[in-house]
Amino acid sequence: MKLGIFAGPATTGKTAVIRHILTRLHNRGLAAAFLKIDVQFAEEDEQLAAEFGIPTRKVYSGELCPDHCNVMVLGDALAWAERSKAEVLLVETAGLCLRCSPYVDGGLGVVVLEATSGMNLPLKVGPMLSLADVAVVTKIDRVSQAEREVFRARIQDAAPEVAVREVNALHGIGIDPLVTRLLNYPDVSKNMLLRGNPPVGTCTICVGKKEIGWQAHFGVVRSLENQSFYRGE
Amino acid sequence: MVSQISIIAGRGRDGRCDRIERLDLNMGDVVSVVGRTGSGKTTLINDIELFADGDTPTGRRILFDGVPAAPEDRDDPSRNPIALITQHTTFLSDLPVTEFLVTHARIRARSQAAAQALVAETLMFANQLTGEPINPGSRMTELSGGQTRALLIADATVICDTPIVLLDEVENAGINRTRALELLRRHKRIFIFVTHDPRIALLSDRRIVMSEGRITDVLETDEEEQAVAPAVTRLDDMLSHLRERLRGGLRVSRADLEVA
Ligand SMILES: Nc1nc2c(ncn2[C@@H]2O[C@H](COP(=O)(O)OP(=O)(O)OP(=O)(O)O)[C@@H](O)[C@H]2O)c(=O)[nH]1
Ligand SMILES: Nc1ncnc2c1ncn2[C@@H]1O[C@H](COP(=O)(O)OP(=O)(O)OP(=O)(O)O)[C@@H](O)[C@H]1O
Ligand SMILES: [Mg+2]
Ligand SMILES: [Mg+2]
Ligand SMILES: [Zn+2]
Ligand SMILES: [Zn+2]
Repeated sequence: MKLGIFAGPATTGKTAVIRHILTRLHNRGLAAAFLKIDVQFAEEDEQLAAEFGIPTRKVYSGELCPDHCNVMVLGDALAWAERSKAEVLLVETAGLCLRCSPYVDGGLGVVVLEATSGMNLPLKVGPMLSLADVAVVTKIDRVSQAEREVFRARIQDAAPEVAVREVNALHGIGIDPLVTRLLNYPDVSKNMLLRGNPPVGTCTICVGKKEIGWQAHFGVVRSLENQSFYRGE
Repeated sequence: MVSQISIIAGRGRDGRCDRIERLDLNMGDVVSVVGRTGSGKTTLINDIELFADGDTPTGRRILFDGVPAAPEDRDDPSRNPIALITQHTTFLSDLPVTEFLVTHARIRARSQAAAQALVAETLMFANQLTGEPINPGSRMTELSGGQTRALLIADATVICDTPIVLLDEVENAGINRTRALELLRRHKRIFIFVTHDPRIALLSDRRIVMSEGRITDVLETDEEEQAVAPAVTRLDDMLSHLRERLRGGLRVSRADLEVA
Protein backbone atom coordinates (compact mmCIF):
# COMPACT_ATOMS: atom_id res chain seq x y z
CA MET A 1 0.00 0.00 0.00
CA LYS A 2 1.16 3.51 -0.83
CA LEU A 3 0.44 6.39 1.53
CA GLY A 4 0.24 10.13 0.80
CA ILE A 5 -0.38 12.71 3.52
CA PHE A 6 -1.56 16.15 2.36
CA ALA A 7 -1.41 19.07 4.77
CA GLY A 8 -1.80 22.81 4.31
CA PRO A 9 -3.64 25.90 5.49
CA ALA A 10 -7.40 26.20 4.87
CA THR A 11 -8.64 26.57 1.27
CA THR A 12 -5.22 26.25 -0.36
CA GLY A 13 -6.51 23.53 -2.68
CA LYS A 14 -5.69 20.26 -0.88
CA THR A 15 -8.94 18.60 -1.96
CA ALA A 16 -8.62 20.01 -5.49
CA VAL A 17 -5.15 18.44 -5.81
CA ILE A 18 -6.37 15.15 -4.36
CA ARG A 19 -9.27 15.05 -6.85
CA HIS A 20 -6.85 15.20 -9.77
CA ILE A 21 -4.66 12.53 -8.21
CA LEU A 22 -7.71 10.28 -7.71
CA THR A 23 -8.66 10.71 -11.37
CA ARG A 24 -5.19 9.65 -12.46
CA LEU A 25 -5.08 6.68 -10.06
CA HIS A 26 -8.46 5.61 -11.40
CA ASN A 27 -7.18 5.86 -14.99
CA ARG A 28 -4.30 3.58 -14.09
CA GLY A 29 -6.70 1.07 -12.54
CA LEU A 30 -5.43 1.64 -8.99
CA ALA A 31 -7.89 1.44 -6.09
CA ALA A 32 -7.69 4.35 -3.65
CA ALA A 33 -9.11 5.19 -0.23
CA PHE A 34 -9.39 8.63 1.36
CA LEU A 35 -9.28 9.87 4.96
CA LYS A 36 -9.93 13.44 6.05
CA ILE A 37 -8.79 14.72 9.43
CA ASP A 38 -10.24 18.00 10.58
CA VAL A 39 -10.89 19.72 13.87
CA GLN A 40 -14.64 20.09 13.78
CA PHE A 41 -16.14 20.13 10.30
CA ALA A 42 -15.42 18.47 6.97
CA GLU A 43 -17.42 17.03 4.09
CA GLU A 44 -14.72 15.88 1.68
CA ASP A 45 -15.43 12.25 2.61
CA GLU A 46 -18.99 12.47 1.28
CA GLN A 47 -17.98 14.49 -1.80
CA LEU A 48 -15.15 12.22 -2.88
CA ALA A 49 -17.14 9.05 -2.17
CA ALA A 50 -19.91 10.37 -4.41
CA GLU A 51 -17.54 11.55 -7.15
CA PHE A 52 -15.17 8.58 -7.30
CA GLY A 53 -17.07 5.73 -5.66
CA ILE A 54 -14.11 5.02 -3.36
CA PRO A 55 -14.10 4.16 0.36
CA THR A 56 -13.70 7.34 2.44
CA ARG A 57 -13.66 8.22 6.13
CA LYS A 58 -13.31 11.30 8.29
CA VAL A 59 -12.12 11.92 11.84
CA TYR A 60 -12.61 15.01 13.97
CA SER A 61 -9.59 15.68 16.16
CA GLY A 62 -11.54 17.91 18.56
CA GLU A 63 -9.33 18.79 21.51
CA LEU A 64 -6.39 16.79 20.17
CA CYS A 65 -3.72 18.35 17.94
CA PRO A 66 -4.86 17.30 14.42
CA ASP A 67 -1.35 16.12 13.56
CA HIS A 68 -1.19 13.94 16.66
CA CYS A 69 -4.70 12.73 15.95
CA ASN A 70 -3.41 11.62 12.56
CA VAL A 71 -0.70 9.53 14.25
CA MET A 72 -3.27 8.03 16.64
CA VAL A 73 -5.67 6.89 13.92
CA LEU A 74 -3.26 6.11 11.09
CA GLY A 75 -2.72 2.48 12.18
CA ASP A 76 -6.48 1.85 12.11
CA ALA A 77 -6.80 3.78 8.86
CA LEU A 78 -4.19 1.68 7.06
CA ALA A 79 -5.91 -1.51 8.28
CA TRP A 80 -9.27 -0.14 7.10
CA ALA A 81 -7.81 0.80 3.69
CA GLU A 82 -6.28 -2.68 3.44
CA ARG A 83 -9.66 -4.32 4.22
CA SER A 84 -11.27 -2.04 1.62
CA LYS A 85 -8.83 -3.46 -0.97
CA ALA A 86 -7.26 -0.04 -1.55
CA GLU A 87 -3.76 0.15 -3.00
CA VAL A 88 -3.27 3.83 -2.16
CA LEU A 89 -4.42 5.74 0.93
CA LEU A 90 -4.62 9.51 0.65
CA VAL A 91 -4.95 11.49 3.89
CA GLU A 92 -6.00 15.15 3.91
CA THR A 93 -5.34 16.99 7.14
CA ALA A 94 -6.21 20.50 8.18
CA GLY A 95 -2.68 21.46 9.06
CA LEU A 96 -3.77 23.76 11.83
CA CYS A 97 -1.00 22.94 14.25
CA LEU A 98 2.01 24.94 13.14
CA ARG A 99 4.26 23.21 15.66
CA CYS A 100 3.79 19.65 14.52
CA SER A 101 4.20 17.76 11.29
CA PRO A 102 1.56 15.28 10.17
CA TYR A 103 3.99 13.30 7.98
CA VAL A 104 5.30 9.83 8.70
CA ASP A 105 8.40 8.03 7.49
CA GLY A 106 7.02 5.60 4.96
CA GLY A 107 4.50 7.88 3.29
CA LEU A 108 4.84 10.78 0.86
CA GLY A 109 4.48 14.06 2.78
CA VAL A 110 2.91 16.88 0.76
CA VAL A 111 2.29 20.43 1.94
CA VAL A 112 -0.17 22.39 -0.22
CA LEU A 113 0.45 26.15 -0.32
CA GLU A 114 -1.21 28.73 -2.57
CA ALA A 115 0.75 31.14 -4.76
CA THR A 116 -1.70 33.87 -3.82
CA SER A 117 -0.76 33.88 -0.14
CA GLY A 118 1.79 36.33 1.21
CA MET A 119 5.49 35.91 0.44
CA ASN A 120 6.14 35.31 4.13
CA LEU A 121 3.88 32.28 4.36
CA PRO A 122 6.74 29.80 3.81
CA LEU A 123 8.39 31.24 6.91
CA LYS A 124 5.26 30.81 8.99
CA VAL A 125 4.25 27.22 8.51
CA GLY A 126 7.21 25.57 10.29
CA PRO A 127 7.55 21.78 10.17
CA MET A 128 4.46 21.41 7.97
CA LEU A 129 6.75 22.72 5.22
CA SER A 130 10.25 21.83 6.35
CA LEU A 131 9.45 18.14 6.98
CA ALA A 132 7.45 17.60 3.78
CA ASP A 133 8.84 15.83 0.71
CA VAL A 134 7.06 18.11 -1.72
CA ALA A 135 5.58 21.59 -1.51
CA VAL A 136 2.73 21.84 -4.00
CA VAL A 137 2.01 25.44 -5.00
CA THR A 138 -1.57 25.88 -6.24
CA LYS A 139 -3.37 28.77 -7.95
CA ILE A 140 -0.46 29.60 -10.25
CA ASP A 141 -3.10 30.74 -12.74
CA ARG A 142 -3.79 33.70 -10.45
CA VAL A 143 -0.30 35.22 -10.34
CA SER A 144 2.35 36.40 -12.79
CA GLN A 145 5.27 34.18 -13.73
CA ALA A 146 7.64 36.48 -11.84
CA GLU A 147 5.58 36.24 -8.68
CA ARG A 148 5.34 32.49 -8.98
CA GLU A 149 9.12 32.21 -9.24
CA VAL A 150 9.74 34.51 -6.30
CA PHE A 151 7.30 32.44 -4.22
CA ARG A 152 9.29 29.35 -5.21
CA ALA A 153 12.48 31.07 -4.05
CA ARG A 154 10.88 31.96 -0.72
CA ILE A 155 9.93 28.31 -0.18
CA GLN A 156 13.41 27.15 -1.08
CA ASP A 157 14.95 29.67 1.30
CA ALA A 158 12.77 28.40 4.15
CA ALA A 159 13.10 24.70 3.28
CA PRO A 160 15.99 23.95 0.90
CA GLU A 161 15.43 20.17 0.96
CA VAL A 162 11.79 20.26 -0.11
CA ALA A 163 10.92 19.81 -3.80
CA VAL A 164 8.59 22.48 -5.19
CA ARG A 165 5.80 21.50 -7.62
CA GLU A 166 3.65 24.22 -9.14
CA VAL A 167 0.14 23.25 -10.20
CA ASN A 168 -3.10 24.65 -11.45
CA ALA A 169 -5.49 22.56 -9.39
CA LEU A 170 -8.53 23.84 -11.27
CA HIS A 171 -7.42 22.24 -14.53
CA GLY A 172 -5.07 19.60 -13.12
CA ILE A 173 -1.98 21.05 -14.79
CA GLY A 174 1.31 19.87 -13.25
CA ILE A 175 -0.25 16.99 -11.28
CA ASP A 176 1.31 14.05 -13.17
CA PRO A 177 4.81 14.27 -11.63
CA LEU A 178 3.18 14.24 -8.19
CA VAL A 179 1.39 10.98 -8.97
CA THR A 180 4.67 9.49 -10.23
CA ARG A 181 6.38 10.49 -7.00
CA LEU A 182 3.59 8.98 -4.90
CA LEU A 183 3.69 5.67 -6.77
CA ASN A 184 7.49 5.51 -6.70
CA TYR A 185 7.49 5.87 -2.92
CA PRO A 186 8.16 2.60 -1.03
CA ASP A 187 5.12 0.71 0.29
CA VAL A 188 4.10 1.42 3.87
CA SER A 189 5.67 -0.78 6.53
CA LYS A 190 4.50 -2.08 9.89
CA ASN A 191 6.65 0.10 12.12
CA MET A 192 6.36 3.64 10.81
CA LEU A 193 7.29 6.68 12.87
CA LEU A 194 6.06 10.25 12.97
CA ARG A 195 8.54 12.41 11.07
CA GLY A 196 10.60 14.87 13.13
CA ASN A 197 10.53 15.41 16.87
CA PRO A 198 7.23 16.48 18.38
CA PRO A 199 7.62 19.80 20.21
CA VAL A 200 7.66 19.91 23.99
CA GLY A 201 4.19 21.32 23.86
CA THR A 202 2.58 20.72 27.22
CA CYS A 203 2.61 23.59 29.67
CA THR A 204 0.85 24.02 32.99
CA ILE A 205 -1.95 25.92 31.20
CA CYS A 206 -2.68 22.78 29.14
CA VAL A 207 -3.35 20.93 32.41
CA GLY A 208 -5.73 23.52 33.79
CA LYS A 209 -3.75 26.22 35.67
CA LYS A 210 -5.21 29.52 34.44
CA GLU A 211 -3.22 32.30 36.16
CA ILE A 212 -1.80 35.05 33.93
CA GLY A 213 2.01 35.46 33.79
CA TRP A 214 4.82 32.95 33.53
CA GLN A 215 5.81 33.38 37.16
CA ALA A 216 2.69 31.42 38.12
CA HIS A 217 3.70 28.45 35.94
CA PHE A 218 6.43 25.82 35.88
CA GLY A 219 7.95 23.39 33.41
CA VAL A 220 7.79 24.88 29.91
CA VAL A 221 7.59 28.66 30.46
CA ARG A 222 8.21 31.66 28.20
CA SER A 223 8.72 35.33 29.02
CA LEU A 224 8.27 38.21 26.56
CA GLU A 225 12.05 38.66 26.43
CA ASN A 226 12.80 35.01 25.78
CA GLN A 227 11.71 34.11 22.27
CA SER A 228 12.71 30.94 20.58
CA PHE A 229 10.79 29.25 17.84
CA TYR A 230 10.33 25.64 17.03
CA ARG A 231 11.42 24.65 13.53
CA GLY A 232 10.54 20.97 13.50
CA GLU A 233 13.90 19.36 14.20
CA MET B 1 20.10 28.25 -25.98
CA VAL B 2 16.71 27.38 -27.50
CA SER B 3 16.34 28.67 -31.04
CA GLN B 4 13.02 27.16 -32.11
CA ILE B 5 9.71 26.35 -30.48
CA SER B 6 6.95 24.29 -32.05
CA ILE B 7 3.27 24.16 -31.24
CA ILE B 8 1.76 20.74 -31.88
CA ALA B 9 -1.98 20.93 -32.52
CA GLY B 10 -4.58 20.38 -29.80
CA ARG B 11 -8.31 21.04 -29.64
CA GLY B 12 -10.52 24.07 -29.18
CA ARG B 13 -13.42 24.41 -26.73
CA ASP B 14 -15.72 22.73 -29.25
CA GLY B 15 -13.39 19.72 -29.47
CA ARG B 16 -12.33 20.54 -33.05
CA CYS B 17 -8.62 20.42 -33.86
CA ASP B 18 -6.33 23.40 -34.36
CA ARG B 19 -6.11 24.24 -38.10
CA ILE B 20 -2.36 23.68 -38.25
CA GLU B 21 -0.78 20.38 -37.27
CA ARG B 22 2.51 21.91 -36.27
CA LEU B 23 3.72 25.49 -36.15
CA ASP B 24 7.45 26.23 -35.90
CA LEU B 25 8.62 29.60 -34.58
CA ASN B 26 12.28 30.48 -35.07
CA MET B 27 14.73 32.83 -33.37
CA GLY B 28 14.02 36.40 -34.45
CA ASP B 29 10.38 35.73 -35.37
CA VAL B 30 7.83 38.25 -34.20
CA VAL B 31 4.40 36.66 -34.05
CA SER B 32 1.11 38.03 -32.85
CA VAL B 33 -1.92 36.17 -31.57
CA VAL B 34 -5.22 37.76 -32.52
CA GLY B 35 -8.86 36.89 -31.94
CA ARG B 36 -11.99 38.11 -30.19
CA THR B 37 -12.14 38.31 -26.45
CA GLY B 38 -12.49 34.81 -25.00
CA SER B 39 -11.14 33.16 -28.16
CA GLY B 40 -8.28 31.41 -26.34
CA LYS B 41 -5.30 33.71 -26.91
CA THR B 42 -4.16 33.72 -23.31
CA THR B 43 -4.71 29.99 -23.12
CA LEU B 44 -2.42 29.46 -26.13
CA ILE B 45 0.51 31.36 -24.65
CA ASN B 46 -0.11 29.77 -21.26
CA ASP B 47 0.29 26.40 -23.00
CA ILE B 48 3.72 27.56 -24.18
CA GLU B 49 4.72 28.86 -20.77
CA LEU B 50 3.54 25.68 -19.02
CA PHE B 51 5.53 23.52 -21.49
CA ALA B 52 2.23 21.83 -22.29
CA ASP B 53 2.60 18.15 -22.97
CA GLY B 54 -0.96 17.06 -23.57
CA ASP B 55 -1.68 17.84 -19.91
CA THR B 56 -3.58 21.12 -20.32
CA PRO B 57 -7.26 21.44 -21.31
CA THR B 58 -6.27 22.10 -24.94
CA GLY B 59 -4.19 18.94 -25.34
CA ARG B 60 -1.50 20.95 -27.17
CA ARG B 61 2.16 20.00 -26.97
CA ILE B 62 5.14 22.34 -27.08
CA LEU B 63 8.56 21.32 -28.38
CA PHE B 64 11.84 23.15 -27.82
CA ASP B 65 14.31 22.62 -30.64
CA GLY B 66 12.15 19.70 -31.69
CA VAL B 67 11.89 17.88 -28.34
CA PRO B 68 9.70 18.18 -25.22
CA ALA B 69 11.22 20.18 -22.34
CA ALA B 70 13.37 18.28 -19.86
CA PRO B 71 11.75 17.91 -16.42
CA GLU B 72 14.69 19.82 -14.84
CA ASP B 73 13.97 22.84 -17.02
CA ARG B 74 10.43 22.96 -15.69
CA ASP B 75 11.51 23.23 -12.08
CA ASP B 76 14.56 25.46 -12.41
CA PRO B 77 13.81 29.09 -13.26
CA SER B 78 17.44 29.69 -14.25
CA ARG B 79 16.98 27.23 -17.13
CA ASN B 80 13.55 28.38 -18.17
CA PRO B 81 13.77 29.63 -21.78
CA ILE B 82 10.52 31.57 -21.46
CA ALA B 83 9.49 34.86 -19.95
CA LEU B 84 5.76 35.52 -19.83
CA ILE B 85 4.21 38.88 -19.12
CA THR B 86 0.67 38.08 -18.13
CA GLN B 87 -2.50 40.06 -18.56
CA HIS B 88 -2.62 40.49 -14.76
CA THR B 89 -1.86 44.04 -13.77
CA THR B 90 -2.00 43.57 -10.05
CA PHE B 91 0.54 41.99 -7.77
CA LEU B 92 -0.48 39.99 -4.75
CA SER B 93 3.04 40.06 -3.40
CA ASP B 94 3.59 42.10 -0.27
CA LEU B 95 7.35 42.42 -0.77
CA PRO B 96 9.08 45.77 -1.43
CA VAL B 97 10.05 46.25 -5.11
CA THR B 98 13.79 45.88 -4.53
CA GLU B 99 13.48 42.73 -2.46
CA PHE B 100 11.17 41.19 -5.03
CA LEU B 101 13.57 41.93 -7.88
CA VAL B 102 16.65 40.82 -5.95
CA THR B 103 14.95 37.51 -5.14
CA HIS B 104 13.89 37.01 -8.73
CA ALA B 105 17.32 37.92 -10.09
CA ARG B 106 18.90 35.49 -7.64
CA ILE B 107 17.02 32.49 -9.01
CA ARG B 108 16.86 33.58 -12.65
CA ALA B 109 20.37 34.90 -13.16
CA ARG B 110 23.02 32.51 -14.34
CA SER B 111 25.64 34.39 -12.33
CA GLN B 112 24.97 35.55 -8.78
CA ALA B 113 27.39 38.47 -9.05
CA ALA B 114 25.24 39.89 -11.81
CA ALA B 115 22.04 39.88 -9.75
CA GLN B 116 22.50 43.29 -8.07
CA ALA B 117 23.40 45.07 -11.29
CA LEU B 118 20.39 43.49 -12.97
CA VAL B 119 18.03 45.01 -10.42
CA ALA B 120 19.27 48.56 -11.06
CA GLU B 121 19.07 48.00 -14.81
CA THR B 122 15.53 46.61 -14.48
CA LEU B 123 14.31 49.69 -12.61
CA MET B 124 15.93 51.96 -15.21
CA PHE B 125 14.24 50.05 -18.02
CA ALA B 126 10.85 50.15 -16.28
CA ASN B 127 11.06 53.88 -15.60
CA GLN B 128 11.45 54.58 -19.31
CA LEU B 129 7.97 53.14 -19.80
CA THR B 130 6.06 54.71 -16.94
CA GLY B 131 4.83 58.24 -16.41
CA GLU B 132 5.75 58.37 -12.74
CA PRO B 133 8.98 56.59 -11.72
CA ILE B 134 8.77 53.53 -9.50
CA ASN B 135 9.89 53.97 -5.91
CA PRO B 136 12.11 50.96 -5.20
CA GLY B 137 11.10 51.00 -1.54
CA SER B 138 7.36 50.76 -2.08
CA ARG B 139 5.53 47.46 -1.85
CA MET B 140 4.70 45.65 -5.07
CA THR B 141 1.02 45.83 -4.17
CA GLU B 142 1.17 49.65 -4.12
CA LEU B 143 2.26 50.00 -7.77
CA SER B 144 -0.26 51.28 -10.31
CA GLY B 145 -1.42 49.06 -13.18
CA GLY B 146 0.96 50.77 -15.62
CA GLN B 147 3.90 50.64 -13.23
CA THR B 148 3.26 46.96 -12.61
CA ARG B 149 3.15 46.23 -16.32
CA ALA B 150 6.30 48.26 -16.96
CA LEU B 151 8.11 46.45 -14.16
CA LEU B 152 7.06 43.05 -15.51
CA ILE B 153 8.27 43.92 -19.01
CA ALA B 154 11.57 45.12 -17.59
CA ASP B 155 11.84 42.03 -15.40
CA ALA B 156 11.22 39.75 -18.38
CA THR B 157 13.75 41.53 -20.58
CA VAL B 158 16.55 42.27 -18.14
CA ILE B 159 16.28 39.68 -15.35
CA CYS B 160 14.81 36.73 -17.24
CA ASP B 161 16.73 37.52 -20.44
CA THR B 162 15.23 34.49 -22.18
CA PRO B 163 15.23 33.53 -25.87
CA ILE B 164 11.41 33.44 -25.87
CA VAL B 165 9.22 36.31 -24.69
CA LEU B 166 5.43 36.07 -24.45
CA LEU B 167 3.43 39.26 -23.91
CA ASP B 168 -0.25 39.27 -23.16
CA GLU B 169 -1.80 42.55 -24.32
CA VAL B 170 1.18 44.83 -23.86
CA GLU B 171 -1.01 47.71 -25.12
CA ASN B 172 -3.10 47.77 -21.94
CA ALA B 173 -2.36 49.61 -18.74
CA GLY B 174 -1.20 52.91 -20.19
CA ILE B 175 2.53 52.35 -20.57
CA ASN B 176 4.55 53.91 -23.35
CA ARG B 177 3.88 51.21 -25.93
CA THR B 178 6.02 52.60 -28.73
CA ARG B 179 8.98 52.85 -26.40
CA ALA B 180 8.30 49.34 -25.06
CA LEU B 181 8.29 47.84 -28.55
CA GLU B 182 11.45 49.74 -29.45
CA LEU B 183 13.29 48.60 -26.31
CA LEU B 184 12.06 45.03 -26.66
CA ARG B 185 13.02 44.67 -30.29
CA ARG B 186 16.62 45.64 -29.60
CA HIS B 187 16.98 42.11 -28.29
CA LYS B 188 16.91 39.15 -30.65
CA ARG B 189 14.21 36.85 -29.37
CA ILE B 190 11.19 34.88 -30.41
CA PHE B 191 8.44 37.36 -29.58
CA ILE B 192 4.82 36.32 -29.26
CA PHE B 193 2.42 39.20 -28.71
CA VAL B 194 -1.20 38.59 -27.78
CA THR B 195 -2.79 41.74 -29.08
CA HIS B 196 -5.89 43.66 -30.08
CA ASP B 197 -3.68 46.44 -31.46
CA PRO B 198 -3.47 46.86 -35.29
CA ARG B 199 -0.05 48.44 -35.08
CA ILE B 200 1.48 45.55 -33.18
CA ALA B 201 -0.34 42.98 -35.30
CA LEU B 202 0.98 44.50 -38.56
CA LEU B 203 4.47 44.88 -37.15
CA SER B 204 4.79 41.13 -36.70
CA ASP B 205 5.92 38.65 -39.33
CA ARG B 206 2.76 36.62 -38.98
CA ARG B 207 -0.34 36.31 -36.89
CA ILE B 208 -2.02 33.34 -35.31
CA VAL B 209 -5.80 33.68 -35.51
CA MET B 210 -7.86 32.20 -32.66
CA SER B 211 -11.54 31.41 -32.40
CA GLU B 212 -13.50 29.27 -29.91
CA GLY B 213 -10.27 28.21 -28.24
CA ARG B 214 -8.60 26.87 -31.37
CA ILE B 215 -6.09 28.11 -33.91
CA THR B 216 -8.16 28.77 -37.04
CA ASP B 217 -5.49 30.34 -39.25
CA VAL B 218 -1.91 31.51 -39.49
CA LEU B 219 -1.44 34.54 -41.77
CA GLU B 220 1.90 35.82 -43.01
CA THR B 221 1.94 39.62 -43.11
CA ASP B 222 1.73 40.13 -46.90
CA GLU B 223 3.18 42.89 -49.08
CA GLU B 224 0.08 45.01 -49.08
CA GLU B 225 -0.16 44.83 -45.29
CA GLN B 226 3.50 45.75 -45.00
CA ALA B 227 2.78 48.77 -47.19
CA VAL B 228 -0.18 49.75 -45.01
CA ALA B 229 1.79 49.39 -41.77
CA PRO B 230 3.57 52.80 -41.84
CA ALA B 231 0.25 54.60 -42.26
CA VAL B 232 -1.19 52.65 -39.32
CA THR B 233 1.88 53.58 -37.32
CA ARG B 234 1.31 57.27 -38.13
CA LEU B 235 -2.33 57.07 -37.09
CA ASP B 236 -1.31 55.36 -33.91
CA ASP B 237 1.40 57.94 -33.15
CA MET B 238 -1.15 60.68 -33.67
CA LEU B 239 -3.50 59.06 -31.19
CA SER B 240 -0.62 58.61 -28.74
CA HIS B 241 0.27 62.26 -29.12
CA LEU B 242 -3.34 63.26 -28.37
CA ARG B 243 -3.43 60.90 -25.42
CA GLU B 244 -0.22 62.37 -23.99
CA ARG B 245 -1.49 65.95 -24.30
CA LEU B 246 -4.80 65.12 -22.66
CA ARG B 247 -3.06 63.17 -19.93
CA GLY B 248 -0.69 66.07 -19.32
CA GLY B 249 -3.63 68.44 -18.78
CA LEU B 250 -3.08 70.27 -22.08
CA ARG B 251 -5.55 71.36 -24.77
CA VAL B 252 -5.63 69.78 -28.22
CA SER B 253 -6.17 71.54 -31.53
CA ARG B 254 -6.52 70.71 -35.22
CA ALA B 255 -2.75 71.11 -35.52
CA ASP B 256 -2.30 68.09 -33.27
CA LEU B 257 -3.87 65.93 -35.97
CA GLU B 258 -0.97 66.79 -38.29
CA VAL B 259 1.77 65.84 -35.84
CA ALA B 260 3.91 62.69 -36.18
N1 LIG C 1 -7.86 29.50 -9.54
C1 LIG C 1 -7.56 28.41 -8.83
N2 LIG C 1 -8.39 28.03 -7.84
C2 LIG C 1 -8.07 26.93 -7.13
C3 LIG C 1 -6.89 26.17 -7.40
N3 LIG C 1 -6.83 25.16 -6.50
C4 LIG C 1 -7.94 25.26 -5.73
N4 LIG C 1 -8.69 26.31 -6.11
C5 LIG C 1 -9.97 26.77 -5.50
O1 LIG C 1 -9.74 27.06 -4.12
C6 LIG C 1 -10.88 26.72 -3.34
C7 LIG C 1 -10.49 25.80 -2.19
O2 LIG C 1 -10.04 24.56 -2.70
P1 LIG C 1 -10.12 23.22 -1.84
O3 LIG C 1 -9.49 22.13 -2.65
O4 LIG C 1 -11.47 22.99 -1.29
O5 LIG C 1 -9.14 23.61 -0.65
P2 LIG C 1 -8.76 22.75 0.67
O6 LIG C 1 -7.34 23.04 0.94
O7 LIG C 1 -9.15 21.33 0.49
O8 LIG C 1 -9.68 23.48 1.74
P3 LIG C 1 -10.15 22.96 3.21
O9 LIG C 1 -10.17 21.47 3.17
O10 LIG C 1 -11.49 23.57 3.38
O11 LIG C 1 -9.14 23.54 4.14
C8 LIG C 1 -11.87 26.06 -4.30
O12 LIG C 1 -12.80 27.04 -4.68
C9 LIG C 1 -10.99 25.65 -5.48
O13 LIG C 1 -11.72 25.60 -6.68
C10 LIG C 1 -6.03 26.62 -8.47
O14 LIG C 1 -4.96 26.04 -8.77
N5 LIG C 1 -6.42 27.73 -9.15
N1 LIG D 1 -8.68 24.89 -26.39
C1 LIG D 1 -9.43 25.11 -25.30
N2 LIG D 1 -10.05 24.10 -24.65
C2 LIG D 1 -10.80 24.34 -23.55
N3 LIG D 1 -10.98 25.57 -22.99
C3 LIG D 1 -10.39 26.61 -23.58
C4 LIG D 1 -9.58 26.45 -24.75
N4 LIG D 1 -9.11 27.66 -25.12
C5 LIG D 1 -9.63 28.55 -24.23
N5 LIG D 1 -10.38 27.92 -23.30
C6 LIG D 1 -11.10 28.57 -22.18
O1 LIG D 1 -11.82 29.68 -22.71
C7 LIG D 1 -11.79 30.80 -21.83
C8 LIG D 1 -11.29 32.06 -22.52
O2 LIG D 1 -9.98 31.86 -23.02
P1 LIG D 1 -8.80 32.96 -22.91
O3 LIG D 1 -8.77 33.57 -21.57
O4 LIG D 1 -7.56 32.29 -23.40
O5 LIG D 1 -9.31 34.04 -23.97
P2 LIG D 1 -8.57 35.35 -24.55
O6 LIG D 1 -8.60 35.23 -26.02
O7 LIG D 1 -7.25 35.54 -23.91
O8 LIG D 1 -9.58 36.49 -24.12
P3 LIG D 1 -9.27 38.07 -23.76
O9 LIG D 1 -9.07 38.77 -25.06
O10 LIG D 1 -10.54 38.48 -23.08
O11 LIG D 1 -8.08 38.10 -22.87
C9 LIG D 1 -10.91 30.37 -20.65
O12 LIG D 1 -11.75 29.99 -19.57
C10 LIG D 1 -10.14 29.18 -21.17
O13 LIG D 1 -9.82 28.27 -20.13
MG1 LIG E 1 -10.38 20.13 1.63
MG1 LIG F 1 -6.52 36.95 -22.57
ZN1 LIG G 1 0.44 19.82 17.24
ZN1 LIG H 1 -0.18 24.43 27.14
